[in-house]
Parts: sequence; C-alpha cells; structure tokens
Amino acid sequence: MRRLPWTSLIIIGAMIFMAVFAPVLTPHSPTDQTLSDKLKPPFWEEGGSTKYLLGTDIFGRDVLTRMFYGARVSLIVTALALSVGGGVGLLIGIVSGYVGGRLDSFLMRLVDAAFAFPAILFALLLAVTMGQGMKTLVIAISILLWAGFARVVRGEVLALKERDFVALAKVHGCSPARIMATHILPNVLNTFMVLVTLNIGVVIVAEASLSFLGAGIPPPTPSWGLMVAEGRGKITSAWWLSLIPGIAITMVVLAFNLFGDWLRDRLDPKLRQL
Amino acid sequence: MRRYIVQRLLQGVFLVLIVTTIVFFLGRLTGNPADMVLPEDASEEDRQEMIETLGLDGPVHTQFFIFMGNALQGDLGLSIRYRQPAAEVFFSRLPNTMKIVPATMIVALVLAIPLGILSALRRGSVTDRFSGAIAVLGIATPNFWLGILLIYLFSVQLGWLPSARMGGFTHYILPTITLGTFLVAGFMRLIRSSMLEILDSEFVKLARIKGLSEFKVIWKHCLRNALIPVLSLWGVFMGGLVTGAIVTETVFAWPGVGRLTYEAVIFRDFPLLQAVIIMDAILILFINLLVDILYAYVDPRIRYT
Repeated sequence: MRRLPWTSLIIIGAMIFMAVFAPVLTPHSPTDQTLSDKLKPPFWEEGGSTKYLLGTDIFGRDVLTRMFYGARVSLIVTALALSVGGGVGLLIGIVSGYVGGRLDSFLMRLVDAAFAFPAILFALLLAVTMGQGMKTLVIAISILLWAGFARVVRGEVLALKERDFVALAKVHGCSPARIMATHILPNVLNTFMVLVTLNIGVVIVAEASLSFLGAGIPPPTPSWGLMVAEGRGKITSAWWLSLIPGIAITMVVLAFNLFGDWLRDRLDPKLRQL
Repeated sequence: MRRYIVQRLLQGVFLVLIVTTIVFFLGRLTGNPADMVLPEDASEEDRQEMIETLGLDGPVHTQFFIFMGNALQGDLGLSIRYRQPAAEVFFSRLPNTMKIVPATMIVALVLAIPLGILSALRRGSVTDRFSGAIAVLGIATPNFWLGILLIYLFSVQLGWLPSARMGGFTHYILPTITLGTFLVAGFMRLIRSSMLEILDSEFVKLARIKGLSEFKVIWKHCLRNALIPVLSLWGVFMGGLVTGAIVTETVFAWPGVGRLTYEAVIFRDFPLLQAVIIMDAILILFINLLVDILYAYVDPRIRYT
C-alpha cells in the first residue's frame, strides 16, 4: 500500500486554511486600491518591503491578500461545480445503468456527444449570453464534468445490478427507485468519491482558464486565473503578478492530483486506467 | 468498412445539428444577447435595432428556422466587431491555426511514443521516473500560465526567442511547447500503461517464442496495440487541444481561430462566437471521423460491433 501523500495534504491544508482565514491573515483589502503603492516588488527584491510580502499589482493591491481571497473563489467554485456536475453525472449514471434499455442507449449517446465536443466552447458562449458570474461559471464547469461521472458510474451500476442483494431486494418488492437509492447508490459512493477527488484539479484549471479568458468571475473579485491574466501585460517589468498565482495553481492542482491517485489506489484500484 | 464510414458520417452530421441547436437556444434562452452587445445606456430604439440585426425578433421557432436555413447556406450572421460575415472571418484565421496545431501534435507523438515505450520497457529506471515526473507536472500546469512562464524565461530574461505574433521558425517554438506539453504528458502515460499490459500478453510471449527480434516484437506487435487507447480517448485530447489552442493563441497573440474565439468573448461579439462554435463543431467532428476511421483500421474489433 502506498504511503499517505503528506506533501500533498500539507499543500491542500494550507490552501483551505488561507481560504477560510483570509480576513484574519491579512490587514489589506483584496479590492481597495492604493495607487501610491502600485507595482511594489516582493520583499526579497530591491524596493520591496515587508508591508507587501509578495508585492502589489498595478492598482496597488496586495498580491498575497488577493491570493488568499482567490483561494476562496477557487474552493467555492470547485465545491459547487463538483456537487452540481458530479451530482448530475451520478444520477444519470445510476438511472442509465439500472433502468437500461432505450433510456440507457439514449443517455449514453448523449455522453458520447458530450465527449466529442469540447465543453469549453459552451462555457464561453454562456459567459457571453448570461454574463459573467458565479452561476455561469458553475453551470459551465458542470457541463464539462457530468459526462465523465455518468459513464464511469453507469459501468459500476451495470455490474452491481446483477448481484444477489439486488435480486433479493426485488423479490422483497422494493420499487426500482428504492433499489437505486438504498442499494445501488451506497455501493457507488466509493467510486464517486475517487472521481470527485481526481476532478478537483480539472475544475481548478478550468476555473482559472475561464477567468483567464475573461469568462470567469468578473473583476475586481480576485481569482488566481484572473490574476495571471491581469499580470500578463506586465511580464517584462513585474514578473510576480503572473508567475506567483500560476505557481500556486500548479502546486495545488499537483497536490490534488497526487492525493486523488492515492485515494483511487486505496478505494478503487480498478479505476487505474482513467 | 465502407458501411462503418457512412454510419459515422451520418452520426457526425447529426451531432453538428445538435450542437447548432444547442448553440441557438443557449444564446436565446439564457438572456438577450442584444443586451450583452450594447452598452448599458443604449436607447430603446438602438436596442430594437440591434435585436433585428441579430435576428432576435419574432417567435423563437421562426427565428430558429430562419437561422438554420441561413446556416445551411453558409450564412452564419455578421460579426459585430469586424463588420464582415462571421464565417468569412473564421476562414481568414483558420490557416494560421493550421500552421501550429498539426505541427504540435506530430511533435507530441514523436516525443511521447518512444518515451512511453522506453518507460514501460525499463520500468522503475531513471528514464521511467523522469518521464513520469514530467508527465505529472505537465498535466498539472495550466497551459496559459506555462506560456507566460516560457515568455518570461526565454524572451524577457534570456532574450533568445520572440514572445508574440507570427514569423519565422523561432516564433513557433514557444507556442508549440505551450500547446504540446499536456499532449506529450497524456500520450506518454497512456502508451506506458497500455504497453505494460501488452508486454504481459500471450501474443507477445508467442512472438518472442517464435524467435522474432525484440525490435519487431516492440515496434510491430506492441506499438499498434499500444496506440489504441490514444485513439479511443481522442475526444478527451481534442477538448484539451481546443482549450489549449484558444489559450496559447491568446498568450502569444497568434492570429488564429483560438485568438478569434477569445476576441469574440472579450468584445461580446455574439454572432461571431456563435459562428466560431458551429464551425469548430464541424471541424472537430470531421477530425473525430478521421480518427474513428483510423481507429477502425488499427483495431478491427471496432468495425464489427
């Protein structure tokens, strides 16, 4: 058995800590502008000070403070998108697998179609038609997620429904809805949890990419992807604006991916191929 | 085989229709695109005029038939920003994307195939661990940030490579790395894991017992089978490639279709975005069709199911 991935857990813990205690950890505001202090470098560079540990942006906002609040945005979007997208996928997977027949082939065609067409394009369209915001972002990322969940869960259900305990429940006169809710659902939760963990990284990158493309949370609310985008034009003079949030995204995604791999090997090794 | 191709082609046409329908209704049911295009203080007359220009007047089903009828004749509306037919703008940018995406895919495969095979053959060796680390890192790094990092290192700090726009050979290096990293990482991991499985299979043992050279066993018997998961998971890569192209072209100011998509979003050019998505759908489904045919050729089991 693989060892618990401590480094990953520490990084994940640090991110959650930053997100939860953001207002306590910093004296600065994430959105108020202090133009007299604009573009200060991090404290170890010449001209930097310990007042702004990671420097300030073009509006004089503290980068570290915006990182703390950005972690909040990332985690909230991740939690909501995984609940909605993963939940819809779980539901469709169970129903499709258990009911079978025409409904199953229709739903699986839909899943194929979702795989064949990049969801990012729908996400961008939504941002233009609905306007930017949390709701749009969560719907957009859910569109990206549901098909993967549905396909894997359905596969599990196909095997589960042939088992004796399901037959026994049928003999007892359980309705299909009851069998799905009380006998099938608990048995796919392990797989579901592994899928959720493996997809956290996907969601964080998706949120950051959409924010980078101007289709995420609108400014001035800080998001890591938006911070990378805002700093892009200043890469020659103020490297910290883009590079620091990017390092954070990469580290957090790496941590969640490694943790997800570990969880999968622990709970559901047959998902290895995914 | 011919029946299979015809079948896939029909499925493709059906999918394009579905995507077009979704795009149409997504645009109209989730809000009024005219409000997104116009400034907030626009007058009511301006609003009405914009609604007419965008074809948003009249009942939804009439709009839908007009829209579909026009689309079938190649008319996807006028771009607000470019004041040109949106389809024309798309085709003027397409060649620039075609200069970079296929090249990146070839480079990615040329790197990933030998590395994946080598990692599987020498499991646990330095090469295996090194390429494993690269793969894990490559998957975790968002490519918009990778592009900026590369610009910072190779253009700003070292001054070796150009950071933006099209040009000679050197202009291709950074965008190719930015777009290709996740492909190399993904391909490499897939090829490695399927190679490991195949090396353990009966037919490889038989090939070895027959006394075939190791070279023939690996390159002829194993590789063809190891490529199957790459083809069957193609859709996932395609999604990443489209996102990657949008982001990479944005970062490097590359005047292709990806950058055009970004511009359509930023400038709220609703007709252009709608057209880009529909054209992308046709292009993607055509490529998927080619991949499926290749898949059926490589793996005969597909043809008969």
